[in-house]
Amino acid sequence: MQRKVALKITTTLCTKNGCLDAGTIERVQSLAFLIPQAFVANTQRSLHWFLRLRSSSIFQVCVMSKAVVDVPPKGGFSFDLCRRNEMLSKKGVQTPPFRKTGTTIVGLVFQDGVILGADTRATEGPIVCDKNCEKIHYMAPNIYCCGAGTAADTEAVTDMVSSQLQLHRYHTGRESRVVTALTLLKSHLFSYQGYVQAALVLGGVDCTGPHLHTIYPHGSTDTLPFATMGSGSLAAMAVFESKYHEGLTREEGINLVSEAICSGIFNDLGSGSNVDVCVITKGHKEYLRNHQLPNPRTYVSAKGYSFPKPIEVLLTKVTPLKEKVEVIEGGDAMEE
Amino acid sequence: MNLMDSSHSNPMSLCSQADSQRTLYPYVTGTSVIGVKYKDGILMAADMGGSYGSTLRYKSVERMKPIGKHSLLGASGEISDFQEILHYLDELILYDNMWDDGNSLGPKEVHSYLTRVMYNRRNKFNPLWNSLVLGGVKNGQKYLGTVSMIGVHFEDNHVATGFGNHLARPILRDEWHEDLSFEDGVKLLEKCMRVLLYRDRSAVNKLQIAKITEEGVTISQPYSLKTFWGFSAFQNPTVGAEGSW
Repeated sequence: MQRKVALKITTTLCTKNGCLDAGTIERVQSLAFLIPQAFVANTQRSLHWFLRLRSSSIFQVCVMSKAVVDVPPKGGFSFDLCRRNEMLSKKGVQTPPFRKTGTTIVGLVFQDGVILGADTRATEGPIVCDKNCEKIHYMAPNIYCCGAGTAADTEAVTDMVSSQLQLHRYHTGRESRVVTALTLLKSHLFSYQGYVQAALVLGGVDCTGPHLHTIYPHGSTDTLPFATMGSGSLAAMAVFESKYHEGLTREEGINLVSEAICSGIFNDLGSGSNVDVCVITKGHKEYLRNHQLPNPRTYVSAKGYSFPKPIEVLLTKVTPLKEKVEVIEGGDAMEE
Repeated sequence: MNLMDSSHSNPMSLCSQADSQRTLYPYVTGTSVIGVKYKDGILMAADMGGSYGSTLRYKSVERMKPIGKHSLLGASGEISDFQEILHYLDELILYDNMWDDGNSLGPKEVHSYLTRVMYNRRNKFNPLWNSLVLGGVKNGQKYLGTVSMIGVHFEDNHVATGFGNHLARPILRDEWHEDLSFEDGVKLLEKCMRVLLYRDRSAVNKLQIAKITEEGVTISQPYSLKTFWGFSAFQNPTVGAEGSW
């Protein structure tokens, strides 16, 4: 079967000039025995390569057989355009800046569960592009995840794992566990070798108790009693390291989380605006959006905005426009 | 090094062409120094580690030294450059004493001198690889300032170098207030040093606290901080999922 296919190809090979002399035919036929090897790789490109290596004259290959199939890429990123990007950047074309969440995200375990906190500033290079974005993402009714790094990556990854968890819940009929989310996230991030720049703080309460994990962009994870990530992580960690102890009550926990986020907001340029808090306990969760607003508008006119004295209305006349314009019924519908 | 030689096209009397060397990177480094103003003067804390790259080579390096009658200098960064700075300051104080006119250089003057030295060295592309904290009291006036290796200088109520900027200053901004007592000041500094011990890889648990008041300088004996590692999540991180990590 292979040989038949090979011979079929041979007959369609011809030299540049279009004529086959005796010597060429012999060479071509000897090639025909070797061609099946090229089919192992099963792509047109490899056949070309094979022929180029083996023959000195240039053959015009017109592959008619249907054994050649373009194999789709197996997953992960395709780096085909990297060389072109490099060439463009050498010529001065700037890549657009990523929308990052230069961020402070924190989590801590208190006596009844887990509290997550985040600031609300999203930056695009030096510009604040979103003053009040949401960095605490929903994963499951009992699991939430804060994300730092490239905003698109954190959103996409948490959305994806959230739907995987939902399907898993339908399949098993049970509440999702935090370690499930953890394993799904870490295996995804690891397979992309750090190119998906999402640094996450994952927290939740399931049947085995409260859990808090950090996940780094390359796929490593930590299980911690308190955790911070993002550019403001050092400022927030300073607060945690000096004030955290086990067995915090709910109020103490929320206060400590808010303090840590405020420390990030005021001491780190990549974090700012407001504080979001999410409290997760067994069977119950509370998402306190904008729990604190420590950056109100400073200068507000005390009088409010007063419009100047209104102009007096002298005359009111209403002209329905249908009288002025001819409406043609049944004309051509406007193209979408 | 060849670059610098070629740019000095007319050799001045002090510039030796063949052997001109400049500091390219630090070798033996000290980590952060923290300083705060308190009721009677200045409190400063620094640990006693000298790292050689990633190994902790020297564990008894005194990184804070009194200068003259009124100042206290703490340094992080290259230790040999710190010793050179002490040498310069020694000369400065000596000449000042030789005037024998009843005046003495206060912390503001020493800070200004250090700023000029650091900035001029940076301009010659041969920096002294240090971040300095200078504190002192003269005639009842407290002074606390800092100079970096490129000559950035300012004075403030609380300063820190290196990692201390990221870990200690947020705490100090929140908790420092005017007229701290000595005990409160030491507690505050210890809080910051503990966070640095946990989170700075080149920190070592052996620190000194120095205080300078109108009376003079006291540098404490080295001691260690208590640390706590007993969180339940540390004992058993994989509860609920045995075999994972």
